[in-house]
Amino acid sequence: MSDEQLSVQSVTGVDLTLKLAGPGTRSYAFVIDWHIRFLIAAAWLLIAYFLFDVALTVKSAAGFLSILPASIIYFLYHPILEVALRGRTPGKRMAGVRIVSRDGGPAGTSALLIRNIFRLVDSLPAAYMLGLISCFVTANRVRVGDMAAGTLLVLDNAAAEKSLLRIEALASRSQLSLDALELVDQLLERWDSLETASRAQIARSLLRRLDPAADTVALDALADANLRAMLQAHLNSNAASAMPDESHDAAHI
Amino acid sequence: MTQLTSDASHIRQWLVSRAGAWRSVVQHVAALRAQRHATVDEALSAVEAYRGLARDLATARRVAPNSRMTLGLESLYGQLHGVVNRRPRGGIAAIRLLLSVDIPRAAHELRGRIAAMALLMGLSALAGWWLVATFPTLISLFASDDMIEHVEQGHLWTEGIINVMPSSILSISILANNIVVSILAFCAGIFLGLGTLYLIAVNGLMLGAAFAFVHQHGLARALFEFIIAHGPVELSVICIAGAMGVALGESIVRPTVESRRDSFQACAHRIAPVLLLCALLLVGCGFIEGFVSPDPRFPMASRVTIGIAYWLILWTLMSGRLFRAPDFKRGADAEN
Repeated sequence: MSDEQLSVQSVTGVDLTLKLAGPGTRSYAFVIDWHIRFLIAAAWLLIAYFLFDVALTVKSAAGFLSILPASIIYFLYHPILEVALRGRTPGKRMAGVRIVSRDGGPAGTSALLIRNIFRLVDSLPAAYMLGLISCFVTANRVRVGDMAAGTLLVLDNAAAEKSLLRIEALASRSQLSLDALELVDQLLERWDSLETASRAQIARSLLRRLDPAADTVALDALADANLRAMLQAHLNSNAASAMPDESHDAAHI
Repeated sequence: MTQLTSDASHIRQWLVSRAGAWRSVVQHVAALRAQRHATVDEALSAVEAYRGLARDLATARRVAPNSRMTLGLESLYGQLHGVVNRRPRGGIAAIRLLLSVDIPRAAHELRGRIAAMALLMGLSALAGWWLVATFPTLISLFASDDMIEHVEQGHLWTEGIINVMPSSILSISILANNIVVSILAFCAGIFLGLGTLYLIAVNGLMLGAAFAFVHQHGLARALFEFIIAHGPVELSVICIAGAMGVALGESIVRPTVESRRDSFQACAHRIAPVLLLCALLLVGCGFIEGFVSPDPRFPMASRVTIGIAYWLILWTLMSGRLFRAPDFKRGADAEN
């Protein structure tokens, strides 16, 4: 994933930060979309072939009319879905990206159509090579279609909002500082995916910082489940103290 | 240490105090994104929430720059920015504006280039005619073996085509091909306009060569009869698409604004409505070419009438006369 960002001026005076999708994320979304449209088009052709006993050739009327919907699905997948889903397609949704205009707002219908018209150029000479090269060399990691339409592909961090609401909820019932709260919450979130020895080590280190007066020997003797329960208790109780290395200046909040 | 703990406590208290407002913004954003229209009150409250969230984000960036709280606020701010800056859905009014202002203004801007493309196509056609008239064997460069064989036997390759393929299918395959050619002529402008010039020149060359070849076999009138119903609009549209491609190329070579990218983007947005009109007109051309042109029951007079009438529709749409356009010319000239 790309870590590149673009700051866009806003009328509020507070810049909007857009995380640009790099060639990798872009290609990932495209590959998913390609498979979806290919499978739907192929499924239609198979239905036409087996159910209606149609020869799949453009020289027969029935064959042509069977191929036509499959072609429409394949070639108009991107423009129709991007307009209907406001800059997203199933592949983009799965890859966590969306199309926005250069001012950070939603891309308009005309911009999305222009973007798709230029696929013809981006796909030259084969396998979207020109578009891919353009993504590597341009400042905002855009293909030719994006340049023409004035659009950007940005990372869509939908999970960030959920974590905001979660932090809010935790902060309202815990006395931990924000940094400590986030650290404990993240550790508990990832608890099952971490190795037992590693998570125990991190938990002990964190508990020592949360409560410097705690008995180190007793802490070392605690079992995995107990460590987890203690961290959980810190999240839910009002007794814990703030982290001693807190260094933010909040004097003017 | 006490001061630091106190600061951390302030951040947490601030977060708790703002939590209700952010939760309400999350719900507000979800509701506004789901609906197509917003009332004035809803729009004003969204703007107010946007301002409030901007203040909170600025604070969060300062006091807890890499926290999940700040990342969450960044995401929420981005979504609200999208909602506040969402363009209104135009509907019928937008289509009327497109037909009465956007297309005529772009066509007015393109008029010189359209004439130049028509000239290029005409000169290429003359060159094609001269080449095949002088060196008849060169026709194999411009036409397929099947076409050559048909003509040498005294028939146009288009004869009996509706016996092989139904008109509806013929129309769809023709219009799809024409639309792709037009889009290609437009997009090829990105190569500094040279791609477009090449496409137009090749099309003209092939047209002239085909006419010269059929003329040698006494079939020029038959070919003229075949193309007169759909040809005027089809050829005009290719010239228009070529003019658009050249305009795109020119916007890169001679940018009208600070950067070439902005110039290219502005040009693409300004002239894209014309491409939409061209695509729609080519749909009509496809149906004429599928149903009228190959059908021997249509006499020459009706073909000429259809060809001229359809071209007049193109002209009235491009000039804005059909929808009583406002004074777009003054605006276009001022921009230039």
